[in-house]
Amino acid sequence: MATATYDCIATTTLGSDQTDVTFSSISGSYTDLVLVCWVKTSSNDIGLRVQFNSDTGSNYSVTQVFGNGTIAGSNRQSSQTSIRWANNLSTNGGIGIMNLQNYSNTTTYKSIVCRGGFASHGTMASVGLWRSTNAINTMKIFDEDSGSMASGSTFALYGIKAE
Amino acid sequence: MSPILDSIGSVKAYGWGSLVSVPNSFESIATYSVGSGGSSSIEFTSIPATYSHLQVRVIARGTNASSSIYQKIQFNSDTSSVYADHYLLGDGASTSAGASVNAAFIGVGSTTAANATASIFGSIIIDILDYANTNKFKTIRNLEGFDVNGSGGMVALTSGLWRSTSAVTSIKFTPSAGNFAQYSSFALYGIPGA
Repeated sequence: MATATYDCIATTTLGSDQTDVTFSSISGSYTDLVLVCWVKTSSNDIGLRVQFNSDTGSNYSVTQVFGNGTIAGSNRQSSQTSIRWANNLSTNGGIGIMNLQNYSNTTTYKSIVCRGGFASHGTMASVGLWRSTNAINTMKIFDEDSGSMASGSTFALYGIKAE
Repeated sequence: MSPILDSIGSVKAYGWGSLVSVPNSFESIATYSVGSGGSSSIEFTSIPATYSHLQVRVIARGTNASSSIYQKIQFNSDTSSVYADHYLLGDGASTSAGASVNAAFIGVGSTTAANATASIFGSIIIDILDYANTNKFKTIRNLEGFDVNGSGGMVALTSGLWRSTSAVTSIKFTPSAGNFAQYSSFALYGIPGA
């Protein structure tokens, strides 16, 4: 028999400008995590980054494809200290959706697939890698230029459990 | 229950695991995890028609001696040339787009294979919309990719078509070469209607 899932684990709306949002003590009881956020960034066309388990080593990389209304392009960042997982956000807000599959397994490196963008600035998709077999129990989301995520930005973390 | 939303800048806030749920928004139908011997294909069968949409969430790696493989999707054991797909792809340096028509499968889900760095699996999310409707052809959309820290990778958006009005009752995934490697995982979910 099918089992209902897709639980909202935590959600928040920023009441003031903040530099980061950190989800910690994430339960390993789900199969996948999905982070959905709507974020106003400190300037236009910048991105959000993510760091797992407080790992500040150069263990992250990402490949992106994007379009900005004029051109389509692709880029890659390797041996980074975080993953630039959503870009094309703006001072008017933008969305980011991150999928973390089999996040709690301790055998494979962790891959994420993401979508992001804002209509007046562009759209993108990305795939990121964290070269660690550790289960993800903490994730820190922050503005890539060390600016602030504005008041009103929303973050929701969901868990999906496969039977 | 444990606090998981730990800090927002200097502000402390707390959320509670599983306290807030969205009942019946997503249902786990079946899951396959590939064992130590690998697997030549994965097939979900006897899929009930009780949902509005399906989603398949995959992490996969191939055993073939190459840097990557892709996956062939077929519905209801239909091997005739009634499938098509389109893709938009970024490889870290440039973009490309392409299509296949009158194919015997939908080609999606590129992922790592035996020549890629160990322990790296690709991520694939496939939505199969209105899969039980018997008045329209079936369309899927897909978000997929893998990154190998400077040694390759790609991210792609794909759409696929099965020119059949039959309700989808089975979905078969076959690697383009070799087998699916151990720890590959395929999870099928149903999304109920209102």
